[in-house]
Amino acid sequence: MTRQSTLGALLRSQGVSRRAFLKFCTTTASVMALPAALIPVMADALEQAQRQSVIWLSFQECTGCTEALTRSHAPTLEGLIFDFISLDYHHTLQAASGRAAEAAREEAMREHAGKYLLLVDGSIPTVKAYSTIAGISNLDMLRNSAVNAAALIAVGTCAAYGGLPMAAPNPTSAVPVSDLITDKPIINVPGCPPLPLAITGVIAHYLTLGTLPALDALGRPLAFFGENIHDRCYRRPFYDRGLFAETFDDVGARKGWCLYKLGCKGPVAYNACAHVKWNQGVSFPIQSGHGCIGCSEPGFWDSAGIYESIADGQFGTGPKLASAAVVGAVAGAGAALLARGKKEKKAAAHAANE
Amino acid sequence: MTLLEFARGPAIHWALIILVAGTIWRLLGVLVLTRGGDLSRPRDAFGNYKGYRTVFSRAWPSSEFNVATRYQTIVAYLFHFATLIVVVGITAHIEFIQSLTGASWPALPNAAGVAIGIVALVSLLALILRRLTNPSIYCSNLGDYITWILVAAPLITGLMAFAHLGPRYETMLAIHILTVALMFIWFPFSKLMHSIWFVFSRAQSGLTYAHKGVQI
Ligand code: SF4
Repeated sequence: MTRQSTLGALLRSQGVSRRAFLKFCTTTASVMALPAALIPVMADALEQAQRQSVIWLSFQECTGCTEALTRSHAPTLEGLIFDFISLDYHHTLQAASGRAAEAAREEAMREHAGKYLLLVDGSIPTVKAYSTIAGISNLDMLRNSAVNAAALIAVGTCAAYGGLPMAAPNPTSAVPVSDLITDKPIINVPGCPPLPLAITGVIAHYLTLGTLPALDALGRPLAFFGENIHDRCYRRPFYDRGLFAETFDDVGARKGWCLYKLGCKGPVAYNACAHVKWNQGVSFPIQSGHGCIGCSEPGFWDSAGIYESIADGQFGTGPKLASAAVVGAVAGAGAALLARGKKEKKAAAHAANE
Repeated sequence: MTLLEFARGPAIHWALIILVAGTIWRLLGVLVLTRGGDLSRPRDAFGNYKGYRTVFSRAWPSSEFNVATRYQTIVAYLFHFATLIVVVGITAHIEFIQSLTGASWPALPNAAGVAIGIVALVSLLALILRRLTNPSIYCSNLGDYITWILVAAPLITGLMAFAHLGPRYETMLAIHILTVALMFIWFPFSKLMHSIWFVFSRAQSGLTYAHKGVQI
């Protein structure tokens, strides 16, 4: 972590030119749908920005979100902005451990009360014993750290919507951040992992304007999660023409046709992968030949098989439908035989009367 | 559970169960009943054959009625074929059928699907207009209108989902599946059963006429 006091000083010390910095501001502003007039404002604000205290809590997670951010091709401006914030607690990245680490968290909470950002990755088990840090349950640590936070950013699908730990049968009774904290602004930045630009974009927005970005109904910043993958997908023309890869090694797959039949969840997924892309704009899953798994959507792990197309019915089929057929047959035949019996009886009675 | 999960899961599942049980119930309920054997001899040598032939010959009005029923015949044909093609010709539908049965076949390009879906919808509108403006011909009841709505709804919502119009795709898709579920539930207990009954009813009329010597 750095000692420079403003972001401008840090960037200059890292040899980032003013031009590259303005380019970053322009990209971020346009991705976040901020008016162009705000770009110089943003640049000035970021340049002058004092280090923002951030406490990062990692609960039931795989560290993939941190990896995505810190290992995106170095040194990126996203990475530098992340370096710039005063990351007062992050048990994977901080040097301190044990008591000293917890003391750093407590000190930051005291010193920056009401001002620090609380970033959370990982879901929280409601059974306290399932996950603890320094003897403190995840549940208590989150509640305690949230009290004086300015806002919370749930990084990754686990923190935002429960993710994999919450997938059936949810053995740890895990819940997302928003189930536990209801009195603070929470921004969800889902994804497994989320795009690094989405994480730093939200932080940059906060550093610049001192506000949180506009969110969609699922608490995600519209700037990054307002667009449908399918609408932005470069394979869309093949979808429209009805040209699909049927397997991962057929002609269609080699020709780069649409992956809908191989279970692509692009049409129901909202994220910026298809236009921002990964690894500095190199590629994204669909471009590398695998359908979107919809990792930024709540319940993505349970809602359908990764290789099942969106149109598939999500229910066990055979036996129930077969028994329905048998029930129908019995009811139908029964009703008809009953009616026939009645008819014959009536006929017999009629004949006897004559 | 999201709306789409509900629609793709329990909603369409129960609708299919009711559709299968209900249709077989209705079919066997009539077919097992059987009529008393007609002991008369057909009035001409090919009488029985002629009866079965009616299944096809009744697909077109008798020449005397050609002009009077032209609008109805053409529009109804357009509607039935267009609907059939979109039901079995669209990728998403084939995927659904394949997930149920394992069978699949090549699909239409999307643009063709949209075009044919629009033909189906417009012809369905043309049919309801005629029904509304000629009440004395149709003697419609409430069930007829419910049926029309439940057939039009999947077409409208399907087209909207397909063309990415209206609410977000996942919501539109869920609404589409839910309208189909309603139609499936309504199917066995409504005139939609004509899609199966027509074979039996035409054959029965044909046979009866052949035995009575009616010119057909
Ligand atoms: S690959 Fe996926 S996102 Fe791209 S067009 Fe096909 S279904 Fe849509």
